[in-house]
Amino acid sequence: MTWLDILITSLMGTIFDVAPILIILLVFQVLVLRQRPPHLKRILLGFAYVLVGLSLFLVGLEKALFPLGEIMAKQLTADAVRGLSDAEAMSAPDWTRYGWVYVFAAAIGFSTTVAEPALIAVTLKAGEVSGKALDPRGLRVAVAIGVAVGVALGTFRIVTGTPLPYYIIAGYLIVIVQTAMAPRAIIPLAYDSGGVTTSTVTVPLVTALGLGLASTIPGRSPLIDGFGLIAFASLFPMMTVMAYAQIGHWRAMHSEAAKEDG
Amino acid sequence: MQAKQLMIVLFQQLVTLIRLMAVTGKDLVPIILVVAFFQLAVLRQPFPDLGEMIGGLLLVTLGLTLFIRGLEMGLFPLGEAMADAFAKKGVLAWLLLFGFALGFGTTVAEPALIAVADEASKAAAEAEVIAADPVAMKQYATGLRYTVALSVGTALVIGVIRIIKGWPIQFFIIGGYLLVMILTPLAPDEIVGVAYDSGGVTTSTVTVPLVTALGVGLASVIRGRSPLIDGFGLIAFASLTPIIFVLVYGMLV
Repeated sequence: MTWLDILITSLMGTIFDVAPILIILLVFQVLVLRQRPPHLKRILLGFAYVLVGLSLFLVGLEKALFPLGEIMAKQLTADAVRGLSDAEAMSAPDWTRYGWVYVFAAAIGFSTTVAEPALIAVTLKAGEVSGKALDPRGLRVAVAIGVAVGVALGTFRIVTGTPLPYYIIAGYLIVIVQTAMAPRAIIPLAYDSGGVTTSTVTVPLVTALGLGLASTIPGRSPLIDGFGLIAFASLFPMMTVMAYAQIGHWRAMHSEAAKEDG
Repeated sequence: MQAKQLMIVLFQQLVTLIRLMAVTGKDLVPIILVVAFFQLAVLRQPFPDLGEMIGGLLLVTLGLTLFIRGLEMGLFPLGEAMADAFAKKGVLAWLLLFGFALGFGTTVAEPALIAVADEASKAAAEAEVIAADPVAMKQYATGLRYTVALSVGTALVIGVIRIIKGWPIQFFIIGGYLLVMILTPLAPDEIVGVAYDSGGVTTSTVTVPLVTALGVGLASVIRGRSPLIDGFGLIAFASLTPIIFVLVYGMLV
C-alpha cells in the first residue's frame, strides 16, 4: 500500500471513531438545550481538522512511534544478551544484564513528563492554591521521578517475568497508607497526577517498548508480560507527589520547632 | 490585488500552522534526544528505515497539531458551554445523562486508546486468545474501546453524584482499589496487563479538558464546593473504573 492508500483507509476508520462524540453533542444541543450552537461553521471546520489530524496521527504512529519503541526494545535486548548462547539466554534471564533497558525506560519516563504542558499547568495551579507551600517546580520533578521509577520498575518486571498484580497491589497499599498520612490538600492532586502524565505521544511509545521487550526477551509472552508499563507510570507519581508533600510538611514542622527552641 | 490578499492570508495561515507544530513538536523532542543518545552512545547499531521513521514523526506532529487545533475550535468551546449549561440547569437526570454521554463519547475518540486497543488485539491474536484474522482483531479492539468508554461514562456519573453530595474522594478510590484486588485473581491472566494499562490511557488529549470543564462548572454553581478539589476528582475516577470494567470484560469474553 502507498502512503495515500494508508491515509484514506485511516480517514475512513477515523470517521467512525469521532462520530459518537459529534452525535452526542448535537443531540443534546438540539433536543435538550434547544439552541442553535453559536459559530456553527467554525465548529464544523474544527471537526474536519479533528478528523484529518487524527488520521494523520494514527498513520504516523504506525510508521514511527510503534516501530521506534520496538526497535529500541530489540536493540537493547540484543545488547543485553550479547555473547550468550541461546540456551543460556533462555534459562532464567539474568536481570542484571539489562541495565541499559532500565536506564532507557527511566530516561524516557522522566524527559517526556517533566516538560508535559498539562502537568506544568496543574502544578502551577497547585502552587497558587497552596499559598506557596508547594513549589511548582519541585512538584513537577516529583511527578517526573515517579514516572521514571515506575517505567524502569515496569521494564524490570518484564525482564524477570514476575506477575504484574503483585506490584500494582503493593503500590495501592502504599498509596492507601500515604493517603492516611499526607496533608489533606495534596490528595486530589496526587490522585490526579497519575492520569495527567501519560500523554498521547508517550503512551504508544511506552506500550511499544513493553511489547517489544516482551517479544524479544526469551521466555516472555507479549500479552501477559508486555502490558503494564502505563499502569506503573500512572501509579508511581501518586506516591512521589504525596511523599514530596509529606517531606515539605515535616520540614516546615521541623523548622518551626527549631524556631521555638531558639 | 485580490490574489495578493489571498497570498497574504495563506501565508499567515501557514505561519500559524508552523508555530502550532513547533508547540506539538516539543512533546517529541525529549523522546528524540533520549533515543538519539542511546543510539549514538550505547547501542551503536545501524538504524533501520530512518527515512520512513522521520516521515512518520512529521505525520505525528502535523496530525496532532491539526487534531488539537480542531478540538480548540469546535469540540472544546461547545463541550464547555454545554457542561456549564447542564450544571446550571440543575435537573439531575439530564446532568447525569450528559455526564455519561460526555465520558463515553470523548473516550471513544481518544487517540492513545485507539492505539493501545489495536496493539492489544495484535498481541491477543499472537497469543491465540482470539482468531488471527482482521475481523476478529477489529472486533476485539472495538469491544475493548467501548468497554473503556462505558467505564469512563460510569465514572462521570458517580463523580457528578459525589460532587453534588460532597462525599470525600478517598473512600471511592480505596473502594475501587479493593474491587480491583478482588477481581484480579478472578480475571484471565491475559487481560490483567491490558486492564491495568487502560486506566492511564483513557485520560489524555480529548477527555481531560472536557471532563475538567464539567467538574469545574458543577463545583462553581454548587455552594460550598471548591472547583479545584472537586474538579480534580473526576479524572481520578476516570482512570480507575476502566481497570474494573476491562477486568470484567476479560471474564465475560
